[in-house]
Amino acid sequence: MKRLSLLGLWALVSLAGTTAFALAQEAEPAPSGIDAVVNNIFGLSTGWFVSLIFAPIPGTSFPWIVLWLVAGATIFTIYFGFIQFRGFKHAIELVKGDYSDPNDAGEVSHFQALATALSGTVGLGNIAGVAVAIGIGGPGATFWMILAGLMGMASKFTECTLGVKYRNEYPDGSVSGGPMYYLTKGFEVRGKKGGQFLAVLFAIFCILGSLGGGNMFQANQAHAQLANIFGDFPGWITGVIFAGIVFAVIVGGIKSIARVTEKVVPFMGVLYVGAALIILIANYDMIGWAFGQIFAGAFTGLGVAGGFVGALIQGFKRAAFSNEAGVGSAAIAHSAVRTKEPVTEGFVSLLEPFIDTVVICTMTALVIIITGVLQVDPETGLYLVEGGAIVTEGGASGVELTSLAFGQSISWFPYVLALAVILFAFSTMLSWSYYGLKAWTFLVGEGKNKEITYKVIFCLFVIVGAAASLGPVIDFSDAAIFAMAVVNIAGLYVLMPIVKAELNSYWSRLKSGEIKKYKAAGSGTPAAAE
Amino acid sequence: MSTTLIIGIDGSKAGERALAHGKRLSRLIGDCTLLLVYVIEWSPYKFQSAEENAMRHKRREEEIEIAKMRVIEPLLSALKSEGLDADCRVRHGDAAEILNAVALEHRAEQIVVARGSESGFASRVFGTVAIKLVSSASVPVTVVS
Repeated sequence: MKRLSLLGLWALVSLAGTTAFALAQEAEPAPSGIDAVVNNIFGLSTGWFVSLIFAPIPGTSFPWIVLWLVAGATIFTIYFGFIQFRGFKHAIELVKGDYSDPNDAGEVSHFQALATALSGTVGLGNIAGVAVAIGIGGPGATFWMILAGLMGMASKFTECTLGVKYRNEYPDGSVSGGPMYYLTKGFEVRGKKGGQFLAVLFAIFCILGSLGGGNMFQANQAHAQLANIFGDFPGWITGVIFAGIVFAVIVGGIKSIARVTEKVVPFMGVLYVGAALIILIANYDMIGWAFGQIFAGAFTGLGVAGGFVGALIQGFKRAAFSNEAGVGSAAIAHSAVRTKEPVTEGFVSLLEPFIDTVVICTMTALVIIITGVLQVDPETGLYLVEGGAIVTEGGASGVELTSLAFGQSISWFPYVLALAVILFAFSTMLSWSYYGLKAWTFLVGEGKNKEITYKVIFCLFVIVGAAASLGPVIDFSDAAIFAMAVVNIAGLYVLMPIVKAELNSYWSRLKSGEIKKYKAAGSGTPAAAE
Repeated sequence: MSTTLIIGIDGSKAGERALAHGKRLSRLIGDCTLLLVYVIEWSPYKFQSAEENAMRHKRREEEIEIAKMRVIEPLLSALKSEGLDADCRVRHGDAAEILNAVALEHRAEQIVVARGSESGFASRVFGTVAIKLVSSASVPVTVVS
């Protein structure tokens, strides 16, 4: 255990060392620019990790990690009897508070746990990730993304049930949960060895994920948006400003910034979905055609590089990055809910990939396809492909492509989108700083100084992320997040009988009427002085 | 059978006025229990950060403790020393909904609240607890000025 912790710390220190070196460069201007130096060092120090995670299955070009995610989601879907479909209505009833005990008024509600988890997942994955998937894999990638979203609901159900069941409750009333805890305790309950090993490994990858996808990717794309508006300027400037604000919130405890973000982010989410809906309604006659492109592309690739396998890989990769099903991060966010039945949080959490991927990502994809920003060869009717990606207007990719697509119908929307991207990036960073912190304290123990050490490292990586170019950042972000899924899904296979027992017991009591709806949901009950 | 009156209190002067009226009614009725209800405004639909969620249980306990210590206990002991029968409830939720729910639960004769504890833009747009109660309560409501 100790050796593992040291291994993890070494990995972190080597990455942090990269940052420190990069920062040292700021004092003496390098001829190639600070950003280039950061980029080079970052690419060199993380390349091996990225190659390992995305290694193809021997004899094919199919990354093993994608198969791992698909297999996991499929097995959970079958094992729990398509719980994402038969439990969907019940999940909505739980979020509405129909089954909430009035005695628990004032505690974290199912809705709040879901909203908090969503604020960590809905963000750049839905805006930039979808554009990346379609740009490389073609419209067909959307089909695989939706399928991955639907199946990922079962993975989420499994991990979030365990997150609540095996969380730690401390004497002061605070709670900590997530894969680190259920891997340790759950394996013990099942009499299996290796739980502690997996928990430590998960915590290490979670810290890397919090610095990668939860931090650098966000800072990077936020800078790309700012550069779009204000013209090109060095990324480290954005990085320093962002790091300063993140520092003020997570170290300085400036709650007002976090509060403003909490209020504005849901509003931005609604605005984004609203704008997408307006564009889709205005072009309702093209929706059928767009779905035709999605289905045709899913199986034929529509001439896009990589064919249908390319579409599938992109779809699954981006879906996993967007909704984080099987990754284990959501189990940390969902574990704070107050419920006597852990499986209820599993039901609620299965709505997360549905909202994130099946609804929001599909909307982004439809807008990109319908607005015609992907260029088509007029002779063949197929998409023009250059350098492994579909040719777009002005060569836009990622957030810029989504922005371009929305701008085709609503000219001023790119400005709103830029603000949304920056706010989403910020809220995702805050969520992931919490996930990473929980993994960090699991490894090194609780304590103010230990927490501050992690938080400072987190802020330094904001600068690295903003300064590095998208390629190495997106590779490392994906690799770190998927590494979490490797450990988490392996553990879920061992622990899924526990979830099944919980589900069967709860479902039979629900069907027999033993578990009833509360008539006046939301009204409080005796708490004190009774 | 004893008559129960629900008194909405919130630690403000308005709450004290409602209680003063409740005391008068209680003496007139005779066999009467004053049920003081302190509502901590809370919504299950409010957005919170992951950190706030993790600390929520502890915060809830603290909120209840503070309400008991600072508002409820002094009032209860004062009422008891005056020879009045009194009890209290502290709950989280929407004030108007909770006052009504407690009234129904205890088959109370009426709810007494005072206006004037809320001001500003929000109360003008969304209405005060008193207005909500008057328009939706299932038992008679007395609003003290």
